[in-house]
Amino acid sequence: MSSTTHSAEHHDDHGPAKGIKRWLFTTNHKDIGTLYLIFSLTMFFIGGSMALVIRSELMMPGLQFVHPEFFNQMTTMHALIMVFGAVMPAFVGLANWMIPMMIGGPDMALPRMNNWSFWILPIAFGILLSTLFMNGGAPAGGWTMYPPLVLQTGNAFPFLVFSVHLMGISSIMGAINIIVTIMNMRAPGMSLLKMPMFVWTWLITAYLLIAVMPVLAGAVTMLLTDQFFGTSFFLAAGGGDPVMFQHIFWFFGHPEVYIMILPAFGVVSEIIPTFARKPLFGHDSMVYAASSIAFLSFIVWAHHMFTVGMPLTGQLFFMFSTMLIAVPTGVKVFNWMATMWKGSMSFETPMLFSLAFLFLFTIGGFSGLMLAIAPADVQYHDTYFVVAHFHYVLVPGSVFGIMAAAYYWLPKWTGVMYDEKLGKIHFWASAIFVNLTFFPMHFLGLAGMPRRIPDYSTQFADFNMMASIGAIGFGLSQLLFVYIIIKAARGNGVKATAEVWDNPRGLEWTVPSPAPYHTFENPPTIKE
Amino acid sequence: MLKSNRDPGYRFLYPKQYRQGELPMIRKLCLITLGLLGTSVAHADWALNMTKGVTELSAETYDLHMLIFYVCCAIAVVVFGIMIFSLVQHRKSKGAVAATFSHNTTAEVIWTAIPVVILILMAVPSAETMVRLEDSRDPDLTVVITGYQWKWHYAYQGKDVEFYSTLARESNDARGKDSGIDVFSVDNYLLDVDRPLVVPRGAKVRLLITSNDVVHAWWVPKLAIKKDAVPGYLNEAWFRAEESGVYRGQCAELCGKDHGYMPIVVKVVEPEEFLAFVASEHDEKARVASAN
Ligand SMILES: [Cu+2]
Repeated sequence: MSSTTHSAEHHDDHGPAKGIKRWLFTTNHKDIGTLYLIFSLTMFFIGGSMALVIRSELMMPGLQFVHPEFFNQMTTMHALIMVFGAVMPAFVGLANWMIPMMIGGPDMALPRMNNWSFWILPIAFGILLSTLFMNGGAPAGGWTMYPPLVLQTGNAFPFLVFSVHLMGISSIMGAINIIVTIMNMRAPGMSLLKMPMFVWTWLITAYLLIAVMPVLAGAVTMLLTDQFFGTSFFLAAGGGDPVMFQHIFWFFGHPEVYIMILPAFGVVSEIIPTFARKPLFGHDSMVYAASSIAFLSFIVWAHHMFTVGMPLTGQLFFMFSTMLIAVPTGVKVFNWMATMWKGSMSFETPMLFSLAFLFLFTIGGFSGLMLAIAPADVQYHDTYFVVAHFHYVLVPGSVFGIMAAAYYWLPKWTGVMYDEKLGKIHFWASAIFVNLTFFPMHFLGLAGMPRRIPDYSTQFADFNMMASIGAIGFGLSQLLFVYIIIKAARGNGVKATAEVWDNPRGLEWTVPSPAPYHTFENPPTIKE
Repeated sequence: MLKSNRDPGYRFLYPKQYRQGELPMIRKLCLITLGLLGTSVAHADWALNMTKGVTELSAETYDLHMLIFYVCCAIAVVVFGIMIFSLVQHRKSKGAVAATFSHNTTAEVIWTAIPVVILILMAVPSAETMVRLEDSRDPDLTVVITGYQWKWHYAYQGKDVEFYSTLARESNDARGKDSGIDVFSVDNYLLDVDRPLVVPRGAKVRLLITSNDVVHAWWVPKLAIKKDAVPGYLNEAWFRAEESGVYRGQCAELCGKDHGYMPIVVKVVEPEEFLAFVASEHDEKARVASAN
């Protein structure tokens, strides 16, 4: 990997270009990974500030800051930005950075497409954010875009559809790239079942993406033609079916949930063994469990629709299939426990985030199990109980997974150790505030507070106050995260070794820190 | 309450002495574990849990909810207990030396099989309740409910009574951003309407729910009914209220800017009172007709 070994024809291939061109035209997986991660962090703050608008308004009953129309725009945009702009690109960024290094490949298989799939994203979100300034405001019909309500969107409507198309194209291209990379670029000797769990979960995720993003694209295209070209796919008055949209949307939407959590499963499956100093328990059964979860995700979608008026047999089917998901998910949790069992654990920041993931994701799993019970779901549905549930799996689930990954691999990326003390402060602040924000929401939902309302009856005041205080605290804590990252990125810190941690497994720890611009130009030898 | 007492698994999970009534002590214990009791005793009004409601099915729903909640608590105690034990015992700073095992077929079979058994035990009573929830045959009274942006319309089938129900004036006056009215001074802020749906106690009331514009959802927690109002669909739901009283709910599906301002109030009255209500509606209608 040293620059003296290259041949004369491509002598300029070994270092990055200078200035803005490096980032605009880059085909290097590490550069593109960095771009994705920075983009994701930016979106995390934009979506987060929308969440703070929501929580500020809900801090007390009565309207204090915004009008209901704008409140609905905030809930809609917050969700779209966090799902498609923050969580998904963060995982693609991690995949870009780590998958080639973890499988011993020199780069992603399709580097030019890789550049394109990233640069579509800022355009997509530029379009989406610009709707805030349009006549009629941003989309306000919820991120689920249910017709007929979504068709009441103002000028923003076609821009919403177009930006969703672009996000879909970006995700599909990213997924194709990841699959082709994993299938073709593995170092000799790395059989599929020898691949690290992060690579495995991403492989499964990429298939999910390819399967469902076109479904979403089709659904929003039908919305578009219903609005502008006189079709009636979803309009009852023209013989269409508004419930059909919900079926199509959730056929995308449920796998989407796993798209956002499976890579996080992969991340903690890397981190826990490192800090328990013990190999991952049941590697193969983890693979089978993740695959079963992916399969089941295609046959449970209507559990989001238990109140829509399905036939009894349909409801029973979706109830039973949903309950089944608890089995492979349980296997994963038990395997992580068994990995920790009789290990020799230490608690650096990545491990702390992974452990919080383990505890809090499990709480989200419990509320998920409760939601699977269809008769009880009738009471939970569209209340704050659901809001609590999916925020538990998405924030201390996916987002903590991403943060754990960031701390875990930051020394590999930057060449210096992040500030461990600040990292721990960031962890404890995040962990405390995330619970303060979302735990009271369970009670709000059970006590009868519907979601997506800008104002509420006075009996809900106290828990809402708690949640809002938590949200503000959580938001502020993330500024510390940015500071820690910038500090490390600028090279301020203790120089990291190639291994970084105490004897970690994985090829990424065999290259120097920071990882050189090109790694594994010659494939490594796989031991064992 | 649940008819599934026949089911041995059910009995095992839900011992007899707990089957009736609330479980204040256990609930409090669970809340202590969840760390929130300190705040909850300070304010006795705080509702923390799902309502038991006033119908047989709402009570069954509540029982299912509590059952699955306790199942989750039990699993949580075991899982989190083991994890915390491990976190305390197997730490490097205590000198723990890492084992090297990474497989144990017996353990894996056990922790796959136990959840399957628990899920089957949960699925049986859930399915039974589900079947009853869907059985809206032979109603004593049918009301057609239509959702509008942003109000509800009620039409009593075969009774020639129909009316709109909108947010009560006191709430409406207070809800604006610059209303200058303290919302705490408004009774049932955002949960009161000008005209409630009146139904007789003890009657099997069938609801046929639809919408005139976008999707809404008609939700009254104490009746354990939440059903989407979808344009082009006529969804069915039913309830039989055992106690008279006033039961409040809200639209539960995002339906535009005033989604938060289309509450539902159901007034359950004695049968004679209901007849009087219908008669007075007819009188009122005749009065309006003759005035024109
Ligand atoms: Cu509504």
